[in-house]
Amino acid sequence: MDINFVIEKFLLVTILFSISLVIAMYSTYAERKVAAFLQDRLGPDRAGPFGILQPLADGLKMFMKEEIIPSNASKWLFMVGPGLAMLCACIGTAVIPWGQDLTINGRAVPLQVTDINVGVLYLFGVVSLGVYGVMIGGWASNNKYSLLSAIRAASQNISYEVAMGLSIIALLLMTNTLSLKEIVAQQHGWHWNVLYQPLGFLIFMICSFAETNRAPFDLPECETELIGGYHTEYSSMKLGFYLFAEYINMFVSSAVMATLYFGGYNYPWMDTVAGLVSPNTAALIGTVVLFIKIFAFIFFFMWVRWTIPRFRYDQLMNLGWKGLIPLAIANIIITGIVIAVVNKF
Amino acid sequence: MESLSNKKKVLEQKPLNFAERMYLPAIVKGLGTTMSHFFKKSSTIKYPEQEREFSINWRGMHSLKRDEEGRERCTACGLCALSCPAEAITMIAAERKPEEKELYREEKYAAVYEINMLRCIFCGLCEEACPKEAIYLDGPIVPSDYLRKDFIYGKDKLVEAPLEVK
Repeated sequence: MDINFVIEKFLLVTILFSISLVIAMYSTYAERKVAAFLQDRLGPDRAGPFGILQPLADGLKMFMKEEIIPSNASKWLFMVGPGLAMLCACIGTAVIPWGQDLTINGRAVPLQVTDINVGVLYLFGVVSLGVYGVMIGGWASNNKYSLLSAIRAASQNISYEVAMGLSIIALLLMTNTLSLKEIVAQQHGWHWNVLYQPLGFLIFMICSFAETNRAPFDLPECETELIGGYHTEYSSMKLGFYLFAEYINMFVSSAVMATLYFGGYNYPWMDTVAGLVSPNTAALIGTVVLFIKIFAFIFFFMWVRWTIPRFRYDQLMNLGWKGLIPLAIANIIITGIVIAVVNKF
Repeated sequence: MESLSNKKKVLEQKPLNFAERMYLPAIVKGLGTTMSHFFKKSSTIKYPEQEREFSINWRGMHSLKRDEEGRERCTACGLCALSCPAEAITMIAAERKPEEKELYREEKYAAVYEINMLRCIFCGLCEEACPKEAIYLDGPIVPSDYLRKDFIYGKDKLVEAPLEVK
């Protein structure tokens, strides 16, 4: 194996990992700021200018806190839970194409850790695994609230994964590939999939809200009924891991939505821009555009969280099974018919 | 039964129509509402740097007053201590010596005057009881501290600053 290849992948993984962590860190800050602004408040502003050091202070607090493991908890699983949640959140970024290939010393360096031909499938697998962190943590706590929350998380994720998968099938009918790199390349310029699959995107977005356990679908951790849900018994950095994993999940699902439906690194008039600057600069501009889209989605996640109250459990299940799944199936049928008609003529 | 007050309203519970069952129009409306607040000026007062103006009938920290000539008004009659429902006030009286005429207005004065700020409920009864207009609750918020003993304020903290010599 080429040593350059190893170095380049190692660098990319390290950079991606740190970017996810930093973004998750500052998402906590952004969340508090957005919440404050939406409620006519100021938000944290004491640590550093505009409170910019607040996440560091929070992290330090998490590390310094006493760690409590309940005496009746299953100790091994109690420790595995947050780790698994964190792991599943972090590995999702591996298949997302962050930009066009860079050319360094005559070598084409792809800004994607790996372009597996079943990228979409991989993402779904990782997302489904994510619920195990919550389930194991909730079960191992040996606490009824946590267990209830784990059950809710499991049933919610399973229900919404179905609708999510069905909404993706309509997209795959159009793209004819499961490789994320190709899916993005097909959306060159302004041919974003959201223009062809608005309903599919809507379903996918609603399901991502449910998959990341964000409001209005944050039933697994509702403070009022389940006093924190699966992380009731967690303290110190284990709790920090769970909270962190939630924000990384939000970042990853924003990235997935931007990649699948909003053209990834593509933007209108990108060819004009590419003609003006060097290829590497053009690729990096694409990456910046992708991150702008991701931040817009993260903001939207927060905006929704501070607007809509939590769904009731039966409403959640009704929406998932009786609303989204039939809609997604109808979407597949319509897409199939349209594609058949277009191919025929 | 007929309502006597005429205030009773019977609310209708209609089943949701299609648009309402979709949730989306209502959600979009809600998002608009929150976004309109995003650009509003926040109503926060950054407390230690910025202080809210007190109302005119605000009762804060006590101060022991001086008269026009800069003498302490308090005559240690003890009415404030008696009127205090929280038993926060204690004092020890002393007799004024002839050379102290400039310092105390009456022939008897409070040598020690202590208010326990943790007991005080800021009701203002001491202010009302005082026949000499010597005590007023016209100060700011009592600052926080770490030890209980530091909340017992003596004359050093309570008596007004002496008049400036003109």
